[in-house]
Amino acid sequence: MGSIFSLQQIINGLQLGAIYALIALGYTMVYGIVRLINFAHGDFFMVGAYAAYGAFYLFNFFLPQGNTMAFAALIMAMLGSGAIALIANKFAYKPLRYKPRLSSLVTAIGVSMLLEYLFSALPFIGPSPRGFPDLLAKHIYHIGPAEISNYVVIDLSVAAVLMIGLTILIQRTPMGRAMRAVSQDKDAAKLMGIDVERVISFTFLIGGSFAGAAGLLAGLTYPRIQPYMGILPGLKAFIAAVLGGIGNIPGAVLGAFIMGLAETFATAFNSLLGEGIAFVILIVVLLLRPNGILGEKTADKI
Amino acid sequence: MSAPLLSIQDMSHYFGGLKAVSDFSFDVPEGVIYGLIGPNGSGKTTCFNLITGIYTPTQGKILFQGENIVGQKPFRIVHKGIARTFQNLRIFSNLTVIDNIRVARHFTTRAGLFASFLRLPSFLKEQDQVRDETMELIKLMHLEKRAYDLAKNLPYGELRRLEVARALATRPKLMLLDEPAAGMNPKETEDLMNLVRRVRDEFKVTIFLIEHHMKFVTGICERVKVIDFGTTIAEGKPEDVVKETKVLEAYLGRKAVVC
Amino acid sequence: MDKMKLPKLAIAGAIFYVIVQILIVTGVLNGYFVVIINRSMIFVILAATLNLINGITGQFSLGHMGFAAVGAYVSGTITTLIFKLSPHVFTDNLIFIAAIILGGCAAAVVGFLIGFPSLRLKGDYLAIVTLGFGEIIRTILNNIDYVGGPRGLLGIPKFSDFTVIFLFTFFTIVLLRNLVQSSHGRAMLSIRENELASELSGVNTTHYKVLGFVVGAFFAGIAGGLLAHLLQIAHPTQYGFYASSILLIMVYAGGMGSLTGSIIAAFSLTFLTEGLRVGIDWLRDSVGIPIGTEWTMVIYALLLIFIMLFKTEGFMGMRESKVLIIEEKHV
Repeated sequence: MGSIFSLQQIINGLQLGAIYALIALGYTMVYGIVRLINFAHGDFFMVGAYAAYGAFYLFNFFLPQGNTMAFAALIMAMLGSGAIALIANKFAYKPLRYKPRLSSLVTAIGVSMLLEYLFSALPFIGPSPRGFPDLLAKHIYHIGPAEISNYVVIDLSVAAVLMIGLTILIQRTPMGRAMRAVSQDKDAAKLMGIDVERVISFTFLIGGSFAGAAGLLAGLTYPRIQPYMGILPGLKAFIAAVLGGIGNIPGAVLGAFIMGLAETFATAFNSLLGEGIAFVILIVVLLLRPNGILGEKTADKI
Repeated sequence: MSAPLLSIQDMSHYFGGLKAVSDFSFDVPEGVIYGLIGPNGSGKTTCFNLITGIYTPTQGKILFQGENIVGQKPFRIVHKGIARTFQNLRIFSNLTVIDNIRVARHFTTRAGLFASFLRLPSFLKEQDQVRDETMELIKLMHLEKRAYDLAKNLPYGELRRLEVARALATRPKLMLLDEPAAGMNPKETEDLMNLVRRVRDEFKVTIFLIEHHMKFVTGICERVKVIDFGTTIAEGKPEDVVKETKVLEAYLGRKAVVC
Repeated sequence: MDKMKLPKLAIAGAIFYVIVQILIVTGVLNGYFVVIINRSMIFVILAATLNLINGITGQFSLGHMGFAAVGAYVSGTITTLIFKLSPHVFTDNLIFIAAIILGGCAAAVVGFLIGFPSLRLKGDYLAIVTLGFGEIIRTILNNIDYVGGPRGLLGIPKFSDFTVIFLFTFFTIVLLRNLVQSSHGRAMLSIRENELASELSGVNTTHYKVLGFVVGAFFAGIAGGLLAHLLQIAHPTQYGFYASSILLIMVYAGGMGSLTGSIIAAFSLTFLTEGLRVGIDWLRDSVGIPIGTEWTMVIYALLLIFIMLFKTEGFMGMRESKVLIIEEKHV
């Protein structure tokens, strides 16, 4: 029993949680601003991983290995996913903005399928898994009996930097204020002169790029990428966002780390439980406390 | 004086920390047309929602025909004899007029799932009966020409009649009308007043309505209660109540009411 | 009293059956086409039942294939693992029918369990929970070694032939049509239209929402059983989110709320998938263009997006063909 909650598992869980956090943030931001569960968000994560992969092979000709290369790959991952997010918003979600929400949800399913199967069908990307290149040499340190690699440090620090950046953006910039306004009341924000569509596009860009960053980190840490790699992490990150309170940014981070730890402990205990723990969490949350840990209660006016 | 049809006793309801209705008590005698008026946000629709079981009051009793209906599910309260229309019309847009009304007779049928799967004679007989009863109601409401039209294609005035017809189909003893005159011109309002009187007289239904439209209220209500911030501020005959200072104060400064 | 009316649906069904059967017996339709027709009919059941939940009652289920999985595995276990049956033995066929129905019942129980979250959750959240349930079923099946685990349940005897599948499909359509065009069906439709008004018109919305799931799950379980006994294998991957998504595309393409639409879409899309597969294989093998069958799914994804953007009501919208409408006396 001791080895389930050991320091090693905690480290692994936090590492996983950091990646989930970056994905969950995108889900929660988009939901907060347009009340849409973007099913395709997990696929933005996948796109980021492939963008980084592509960047590596492209830049290999003129960039040295090591930190510069890794940083360039991160930028490309974020740009690639951000771009796909913007395109999805512009062509698939924006036209349905004022139609029933279910239509947008189903369209998001369509976008998700499109990305997965397109990447699978394109011969130069292909359905087979690819090994992610070693962007950075792996060093292993020890804390007591536990191993902690530099990848863990990288995952946690990249996530932390992005999260801090996001917090600054939201709290201290005009765009951040606009984002908060639109997520509270779209119509009122419009009346205040805010260009709502621009704010929404920007939110998709940021959310998508965070997923892309997560894709790079995942490629680095669990180095096999394939077109369907976004499905399960996307679903779990979404559940994490719901756990923390969908629409709530700190909630997404909290939920993600809980999810990462829960999944790691559950898998150590029993692999079947590990596969299913996310769904169990989902059902428990939705039935007992649908607003999540940090969510507020919203009453429906009849 | 027989017992009141509806008796609300010390009803209070809180939304979180916000008191929507407090220590509300009144009786609606059988056979009257009773009005509930008050400024926007005074708690009128909340009151209707509490009576019909959409919300359960934080405290208090709601006695309908002597029975406390607090805590019952809305559809059961409908079975007991309370029907309701809505402020913003809630009709079944993609169903025909006859289907809209028939749905409200469904709870009177006994035929189960298997009888309907197999279209047994007992089931068919019931369906015919429901259809005939519905057509009766449609004729009484002068909607025959529209019976097989989709509800979403009806003009506003006819939709209001449809909602009333649907509520009547549940054979209620008490009908709650939530701002039935909203958005109507004077002619339509006149027709509505006649309709409400007919419903009360021909169908023997007690009417309890919410309205802003003062001419409508004074024209049709026999008794009126004024509420603000969830409590009563006046009650009595309409012509007396509208003159009371407290009532005028409650409306002063707010959006002008059609007088 | 209803006068004697032409049983249009029975006549249409009989015509279809006779024509196809003649084509099979005379050899015009070879085994390949028969398989496609059989699969189309099974998908008719699956699409129509999803339509009952999503289109008629207005709920949103994304894990529909999970019900089919339950039916497939339960019936498959009975005919393959518990009793080793064979289509050549007459009495075994009767046990097969019983197994299919038992599979449906098992699926109905699962439908009942899944129905409960629908009472408290709406739209997006309900979608995710049903998706989660579908995945849980798949995960559990993947981990039960008795039924083959990740290898799947193999060697299922081929009991499903054109006649059996036709009969089950025909009866499913008849029963669903009877349900929808009864006052029970109207109660379910009213929930879709406006749940609050429905409740306030005396409809026990709880009862009917769960009922939608139970009835839908029952027939979907039957379809799953028929599929397993056609393909002779039941595998967890056949019943995951992808399969459910394809069903969703079928129902939207045919028209949410139209049984006719589901029938048309099931046949059309099943044939289209085959046609695309053949076309792509030809392009790859004869012409040399390096494309794989994943492009079929790309086309489906684009189809779904197209439908949602430009024609949400699909082919039939909420209308039914005259063949499926039970005539009523207009007064």
